Amino acid sequence: MEQGEESAKSFGALAFGLLRHQVVSITAIMLVMWVILWQMSPHFLTVRNILEITLQASVTAVIAAGVSFVIYAGMIDLSVGSIFAMAAVGGGLAYHAANNAQWGTFPGVAASLLATVAIGGIAGLVNGLSVVYLRIPAFVATLGMMGIARGIGFIICDGVPIYGLPKAYTEIGQGKFGPIPYPTIITIALFLVFFVILRNTRFGRFTYAIGSNAEASRLSGIKVNFMIPVIFVICGACAALASIIEAARLGTMQPNGGQGYELQAIGAVYIGGASISGGEGHILGSLIGAILVTTIRNGLNILGVSAFWQLVVNGLIIIFAVAADQIRKRR
Amino acid sequence: MAENDVVLRFEGASKRFPGVLALSDVAFDVRRGSVHALVGENGAGKSTLIKILTGVHRQSSGRVLYNGADLNFNNPHEALLAGITAIYQELNLVPTLTVAENVFLGHPPKASAGTVDWRAMRVMAGDLLKFLEVDIDPGALVRTLGVARKQVVEIAKALSMDARVIIMDEPTAAIPKKEIDTLFRIIRTLRERGVTIIYISHHLDEVFTIADAVTVLRDGRVVDTMPTAELDEAELIRLMVGRELTEQYPYHPAKPGAEALRVEGLARKGVLKNISFSLRAGEVVGVSGMVGSGRTELLRAIYGVDPVSSGSVYVGGAARRFAAPRDAIEAGIALLPEERKTGGLVLLLSVMDNIGLPSLKKLSTRGVMRDKDLTRTSERMRDLMNIKTPSLKQRVMNLSGGNQQKVVLGKWFARDPKVYLFDEPTRGIDVGAKVEIYNLMNRLKEEGAAILMVSSELPEILGMSDRVLVMREGEIAGELGRGELSQERVLKLAIGGESIGRKTAVD
Repeated sequence: MEQGEESAKSFGALAFGLLRHQVVSITAIMLVMWVILWQMSPHFLTVRNILEITLQASVTAVIAAGVSFVIYAGMIDLSVGSIFAMAAVGGGLAYHAANNAQWGTFPGVAASLLATVAIGGIAGLVNGLSVVYLRIPAFVATLGMMGIARGIGFIICDGVPIYGLPKAYTEIGQGKFGPIPYPTIITIALFLVFFVILRNTRFGRFTYAIGSNAEASRLSGIKVNFMIPVIFVICGACAALASIIEAARLGTMQPNGGQGYELQAIGAVYIGGASISGGEGHILGSLIGAILVTTIRNGLNILGVSAFWQLVVNGLIIIFAVAADQIRKRR
Repeated sequence: MAENDVVLRFEGASKRFPGVLALSDVAFDVRRGSVHALVGENGAGKSTLIKILTGVHRQSSGRVLYNGADLNFNNPHEALLAGITAIYQELNLVPTLTVAENVFLGHPPKASAGTVDWRAMRVMAGDLLKFLEVDIDPGALVRTLGVARKQVVEIAKALSMDARVIIMDEPTAAIPKKEIDTLFRIIRTLRERGVTIIYISHHLDEVFTIADAVTVLRDGRVVDTMPTAELDEAELIRLMVGRELTEQYPYHPAKPGAEALRVEGLARKGVLKNISFSLRAGEVVGVSGMVGSGRTELLRAIYGVDPVSSGSVYVGGAARRFAAPRDAIEAGIALLPEERKTGGLVLLLSVMDNIGLPSLKKLSTRGVMRDKDLTRTSERMRDLMNIKTPSLKQRVMNLSGGNQQKVVLGKWFARDPKVYLFDEPTRGIDVGAKVEIYNLMNRLKEEGAAILMVSSELPEILGMSDRVLVMREGEIAGELGRGELSQERVLKLAIGGESIGRKTAVD
C-alpha cells in the first residue's frame, strides 16, 4: 500500500493534470491490488473477470455517484440501501399493474423504470425536506428513512419478491454493446454527466460551498434550503437507478435487496478521497472507490473467503478511508 | 542582564516549512517575571514562535533556551509539565464540567485510595481563584460563565500546573472592555509572583499599558526588542509595518447623494425596537453600542438573515421585503459578517471561487460556469483589493486575516452593491491591512456606495464615520454628526448616561 502511494506521487506529478492527487493515488492502489490478486489467482486478470468486476461495480458505483453529492455537501445518506429495495419493488409492481391493464411490454417497462426513479427521488426529497424544515441532521433523517423505506418496500409487495420481468427489462442488465455490458456504459455515462455538473456548473460549485460552510453560503445568497433537497433527490434517484440495474441482472426485485449497500457506497466515496466534513472530494474518486471495493469483494470471492468476512473487510475499509482523510488533514 | 534573569532565550532560531521560511534567525531574550509583548502583522511569525515554545513545532535550526537549557519538547504536554502554557483565543475548556474540574483537568488531586479527591479539588481551585482575586464559584459549570471569566479559569488552570511562562494570544479580543482591567490586574499579580507573561495583541495601547518589553516581528525576523518605555505608538507601528503610516484613519469627507437605504420602525421581538434611520449614497454611518445592544442583530435583520416582527426597509426609495439573504443581495445589499471564517468565507474553496460565489449567476450561462469570466473577475478583484495570494486557486484558509477580509470585500465588490453592511470590518486584522480596508471603504464611498459600519473599536467609529448611530438595548439611543463626535458622547449614549434628541439625517 505504501509503495502504491509512493509511486502514485511520481505518477501524479507527471500524469493527469485533470485528476487530483487523491484520485491518482487510489487508482494506483487499485492497480497494485489487481496485480497482487493476479499473482494469487490466475483467474483474476482475465477479460471475463475484469468485465465482471465492472458489471458488479456498476451497482455500487451508481449509488456512490449520488451519495457523493450528499457527502460533498457535508451530509450523509444512510437510507440508500433501503430506498434501493423500495424503489425496485415499487417499479416491479408498476410493471405488473401496467401489464394487467394491457399496456404492452414497452410502455409497461417504461412505466416501471419511471416509477422506480420517481420513488427513489421522492424518498430523497423527504430526506432533504426533513433536514431543512425539521432541522434534523442528515444522519438522523436518513437513519429514519432507512427503516421507513425498508418497511414500505416489504409492505407494498407483502414481502414477496417480484418475478416475471420481460426481456426488454432484463436486457438493461444483461445486454451488451459489443463486449461491454450495458450497466458499465450506464455507469460511465452517469459519472461523465456528474463530473461535468460538479466541475463546470453553478450547482456543483454550490454543492462544495455548502459542504464547506453552509452559513457563509447562505449569506452569499445561495439557496441552501433549495439545494439540500435537490441533492437528496439526486441521491435517491441514483439509488433507484442502481436498483434497476440489479433487478435487470437478476430478473427479480427483492424487498430485502440492497442491504449493506449504503456501507459499500459510502465507503467508496470516502476511499475516493471525499472529506467526512464535506466540501472536498472528486467524483472520479468515487468511481475508482466503487471499483476498488468491488475488486476486494471479487478478489476475496476468488480466494474463497467467506461472505461473512467480506462484511468485516467492508467495515474496515470505511474506517481506514476516513482515518486516511484525517491524517491528510493533520499534515 | 544577568544570566539567570533570562527565562527564555532565542539564539538564531529558524523554522522552515515546505516553501516558506516562517522564522528566520530569531534572537531575543525574555526576562524572568516580565510581561513581554510580541507584536507584528499577521503572518509575521508570532504563531510559529508560540508553537515552538509549546512543543507543537521544533525549530529547524538555531537554539531556544529555557532557564538556560535547550528547549526540547516533543509535544505540548511536555511543555505544560515544564511550566509553559499558552492560552488561546479559542479557550480550551470543557463547558459541561465545573470550574474546579476544568482547572484540574488531567491532573486531579488524588486521595490515598487513588480516587479523585473532590473536596481537595474544590478547595484548591477556590484558593487559586482567590489568589487571582476573582469571585467565581469553583462548583459553577463553565458554560454558565462569560468569556472573560472563562479566561480567568484558563489562567487558574495554568497556575494549577505551576506555569512559569504563560503565553496569552490576543487575550482581550473576545472580552468586554471593562473586563480588560481585571485581566491586567491579574497579569500584574502573576508578574509579582515571578511568572513570565508573553503577551500577543494587535491592540498597541494594551501593549503600552501592560508590557515591560516588546519584540517586533516582521516577515519572520525580529525587527527589534525594546523596553516599552523607550517607544511610542507611532514608532512601534513604523517598526511593525516597516514604513510610515501617515494616517491611521484616512477619512474622506462625504458627498452624500440620494437615499440608498431607509429603515422604518424595524423591530424583532426581544432584540430590536423601533429602529428608524436612513443612509445616503456616499456616506459611512457608524453603529456603536455595547456588546449585546443589538448592533449585529440590526445588520442581520436588514439583510434578511433573521425574521423581523415589524417595520420596513426601503432600498433606493422602494419598499423591499427580504425573506432570505438572497433577496437582499438581489436588491444590491452586501453583508461583511462579524465572523469572517464562519460567515464570510468558504474556507475550503479557492480565492477565485469565494470571489465568484455571490456572482455565479452572472458568471454562468444556463447554469454552466464561464470559467474565463470567473478568472477575469477574480483577477480584477485581486488587483483592486490588493489581495496577496500566490495563486487565485489557493484555498482561502491559507491566507492571512487581512487578505481574507479583502477577499470578502472583493466578492461583494464584484457585484457592485449599493449598500454595504460592515460588521467589525477590521477585527483581528493587523495595522497595515486595516488601513488598506479603510482606503477601500473610501473608494466605495467615492463610487457612491453607502456603508453602515458596526464596530466595537471606538477609534475606528470616530475615525471613519460621517455620522454615528448609537444603540442601547435594541434601540437607537442617539445619533451624532461628525462634528459632534467624541468618545465621551458616544459612550454616554451607549450606557445611557445622556440622552440626545434624535436628529434627522443631514438634509
